[in-house]
Amino acid sequence: MKTVKQILVIVLLAVAAQLQAQNNAGLKLPNGFKATLFADTIGSARHIAITQNGVIFAKLMYPNKAGKSIVRLEDANKDGVADKVTGWANYGGTGIFVSGKKLFATSDNDVYLYQLNENDEVVNPLTPKTIVKGLIARNQHASKSITLDGQNNVYVNIGAYSNACQEKDRSPGSKGMMPCPILDSAGGIWKFDGNKENQVYGDGIRYATGLRNVVGLDWNTTTNSLFVTQHGRDQLNSFYPKLYTDAQNAELPAETMYEIKEGDNAGWPYVYFDPYQKKKIVSPEYGGDGMKEGGENAINPTVFFPAHMAPNALLFYTGNQFPEKYKNGAFIAFHGSWNRAPLPQEGYFVAFVPFKNGKPNGEWEIFANGFSGLSGDEKVTNPRKAKARPCGLAQGPDGSLYVSDDSRGSIFKISYSK
Amino acid sequence: MNIKQWSVLSLFIFCCAMSLQAQDIAKGKKIYATRCLVCHQADGGGVPNMNAPLDGASNVVGNNIARLVRIIKKGYNEKIALDGFYYSNAMTANPDLSDADIANVLSYVRTSWSNSASKITVAQVQAAKSKK
Repeated sequence: MKTVKQILVIVLLAVAAQLQAQNNAGLKLPNGFKATLFADTIGSARHIAITQNGVIFAKLMYPNKAGKSIVRLEDANKDGVADKVTGWANYGGTGIFVSGKKLFATSDNDVYLYQLNENDEVVNPLTPKTIVKGLIARNQHASKSITLDGQNNVYVNIGAYSNACQEKDRSPGSKGMMPCPILDSAGGIWKFDGNKENQVYGDGIRYATGLRNVVGLDWNTTTNSLFVTQHGRDQLNSFYPKLYTDAQNAELPAETMYEIKEGDNAGWPYVYFDPYQKKKIVSPEYGGDGMKEGGENAINPTVFFPAHMAPNALLFYTGNQFPEKYKNGAFIAFHGSWNRAPLPQEGYFVAFVPFKNGKPNGEWEIFANGFSGLSGDEKVTNPRKAKARPCGLAQGPDGSLYVSDDSRGSIFKISYSK
Repeated sequence: MNIKQWSVLSLFIFCCAMSLQAQDIAKGKKIYATRCLVCHQADGGGVPNMNAPLDGASNVVGNNIARLVRIIKKGYNEKIALDGFYYSNAMTANPDLSDADIANVLSYVRTSWSNSASKITVAQVQAAKSKK
């Protein structure tokens, strides 16, 4: 009898695993793609990075139940599900990046460097080198995202601690400060030397400015340049109801992707990008009326997306597993909006933009959807209803794409086979 | 007055009081929709890590009315801890709301969604203001 029970349990488990594999861990994907739930409930997983051996590191916003804020995940039996999960560190943060056997991770103030051994295990969990310290983190947009350029330079986002650089933040009628003093030390991308310890602001350079809050960034090896995705400003209707309706606010401004050259200015807080007029429009805090153009010296976006969707990760796909159209194209993890309320929210998916010769080559499209766990095409009405919120992206050595989520604490593995 | 008259009168007073209360909640809901909903959301759930939830929040259903009144009136710009999570966005000040408006919107949020705390009267708002 006992053996019958055991067999039954095994069969049921196998069926459950099969069903889970068939439904792609709840994700909706293009034909030929499959997903597995690589890990679940590991904690508030922000960005992820992966080694050449396929070991994944996730940076958590808060320490998890085990009190760890960097989680190491390994899939030793290669079944698409992590079977060895460990961790270390106790500081929250977003940024993580692997370069060979070097692992960079960020708190909201600092950039740390860990050493990995030949098995991609951390050698110095308690004694990382401090590469950069003392970066500004004042509540809003405090998280630090990082990427490297292949020359061991570290690019760090320092988000503006403000919505639109008003004298009094997020207050109706409060004017925009001129010039915006925040831009001296935040609202841009800073570049530091990845080899040098204890750097402060003065040791780095302000690589780009006028970027309100960049959470996604990646070095494009085709163009040999930095690309970033910015979170556009909020609440045009709340503070300027005479100029913007709720419906207009839901679609303004565009979320934007920029190719960045040293010294670039993307225009925040003075202008925002209007996806309908396809123009940089003067912010109402700076005398704009919704039509007046500005930002003559500011760059234009490379790609723009619907408003407020929160592009939290950017990854240029260089693998060989996915079909040709994905080669060198951009994946963007949209964390999902809140500022579209009272209208339904948008995002909560991974999008794709095809690229050719370093330029966009076609419209953006939804690549992976269904993270929210809502049935069918039901929209997220309130952010807390979304089970999972895409936040980080990494490309495995076999060309699979990994997506992390900071709500349920999961990592999805997306693969393609003909 | 006989007992019948008394009961009719008290029923009348009771109904008046109910409709007055209902109106307060309706007014509070209207203020919520125009000022609060965009951040705190229609379900009072807020936005994880950014905008604090009101539904089920210990601060909101708690007894520190002075703090609630101060937050609505003056806003804040700091990272706050609430029920084990942190919220980073600035809260907008509402200096133009009257005491009655504040009582109404507080009554609405304290009795909506899963919240079933007491309603707030104008007198309580005034008392809270004098406390500082």
